[in-house]
Amino acid sequence: MGVYWAIAVRSFRRFSTYRIATASGAFTNTVFGFILCGIYLTLWHERPGLGGYDASDALTFVWLQQGLLMPVGIWGATTTGELGERVRSGEIAVDLYRPTHLLLWWLSVDLGRAMFQLVVRGGAPLLVGAFVFDLKFPSSPLTWLAVAAGVFLAILVSFGIRYLVALSGFWITDTRGMEQLALVLSTFFSGMILPLVVFPGAIGDIARATPWAATMQVPIDIWLGRNPGGTGSALLFQLGWIVVLLLGAQLVTSVATRKVVIQGG
Amino acid sequence: MVERVLRAPSQYWMLIMMWIRSSMAYPASFVLMLFSSMVLTVMDFVAIVLMFSHISSFGGFSLAEMALLYATASMTLGIADLLTGSIERVGERIRTGTFDVYLIRPVPAFLQTTADGFALRRLGRPLQALVVMVFAFSRLDVDWTVARGIVLVVSMIAGSVIFGAIFVLGAAFQFLAVDSAELANSFTYGGQTMTQYPLTVFGKEIVRAVTFVVPLAFVNYYPVLYLLDKPAPLGLPSWIGLLSPLVAVVMVALASLAWRGGLRRYRSTGS
Repeated sequence: MGVYWAIAVRSFRRFSTYRIATASGAFTNTVFGFILCGIYLTLWHERPGLGGYDASDALTFVWLQQGLLMPVGIWGATTTGELGERVRSGEIAVDLYRPTHLLLWWLSVDLGRAMFQLVVRGGAPLLVGAFVFDLKFPSSPLTWLAVAAGVFLAILVSFGIRYLVALSGFWITDTRGMEQLALVLSTFFSGMILPLVVFPGAIGDIARATPWAATMQVPIDIWLGRNPGGTGSALLFQLGWIVVLLLGAQLVTSVATRKVVIQGG
Repeated sequence: MVERVLRAPSQYWMLIMMWIRSSMAYPASFVLMLFSSMVLTVMDFVAIVLMFSHISSFGGFSLAEMALLYATASMTLGIADLLTGSIERVGERIRTGTFDVYLIRPVPAFLQTTADGFALRRLGRPLQALVVMVFAFSRLDVDWTVARGIVLVVSMIAGSVIFGAIFVLGAAFQFLAVDSAELANSFTYGGQTMTQYPLTVFGKEIVRAVTFVVPLAFVNYYPVLYLLDKPAPLGLPSWIGLLSPLVAVVMVALASLAWRGGLRRYRSTGS
């Protein structure tokens, strides 16, 4: 257990060294936050109460979305990107020599990254947003606890998906198609292009059942207290997808390490 | 100087042809990548369509009018991204020291940086924008004259040039701050997101800012207002949409100064 903690801490430190990159990223998230606020204010002005959100919910959604984008890794993350690259190049062989579990090793690396980005790239835009707009914040310690759990589970769900995509390189040599597909699905179903509550009819129902909903829409709804079935069922929904994805990831890991010949012979 | 400028197009063409040939080595893969690029970049329009399942007008714009705003924003950014987008990787090259290679080859460093890793699949963005534009014009009742046609084409070129200049300005800033590649995204991709919507919804201050400070409003908003016979905000004259080419020239001058300044103060990484 200690070794995985050590990996996570070092990953956290590694990401904290890219200072200017982090600052310019947080700046970009903030600019997008303001742009989206302008759009959503107009939308909720035309249709007050759209999707069960009031205008303040919608604005809070914007800043949480911008804050979660990088930590959760909606568009992929450096860590799992590197994992995919190592599978492609064959360097993964080095990882397999290590007396650690491949899945847990990369999960620790990813969690270290996510925690750093959560603090800086999540915190900075939210702070600016809260300064300018009247945003909603959880009122009770219990809600804060649920939010923390929801965000953590969201990162796990996202990691599960990204890990599977990265490991697909064991079987298909050109994983770019797979990565693009993952990107499209994640952008559409996570609530990145529009809150899922605005999706009409059946598209909305389908979107809310996908694992991508668990990476962004669900944790934000926990924050807002707007989950249709309550916070408890939201957390269970995330847990369900984590079980499925991590079991799948574990299965893929064991099949890959047993059968596949590493590229390069 | 004049000779260098005259030579530039053929040099740029040679560089990008090299990359196009390499991407065409796997045609099936290329077609798939082009298609997925179209699907990924059309998402913003899908969001607008989903919004219009609940509303009938956004900031005084109908769905067809929104489609035209979206298409022109996406097309201009798409063309700029295709032709100059690679320049945002200059910081990476400076950090790793590979930028030096560009300085000793007999082609301007600017051309090499913009052509670096030229990805023809980025044609996906302007292509889907073209489809949306056809949809928009089929639903809009535009009183077409030769003058309007020229305004549309010229402003699309000018808009692409403005976005291209912003890409170059962002890259020039990376000579000062090597890891700041993402900063330019605020103005390029952020600018695209913003100009997909009627700018007045962002408030008067923002309209002023994107008219007089970062002239994003000239990329598509003012030309589209002119095409649709809509009044310009802030009491500006309706012919302001015709000024896009002028704004593009100013932006190119600024970008060129910034790039030269950056290049002049460039010190290679040393150990």
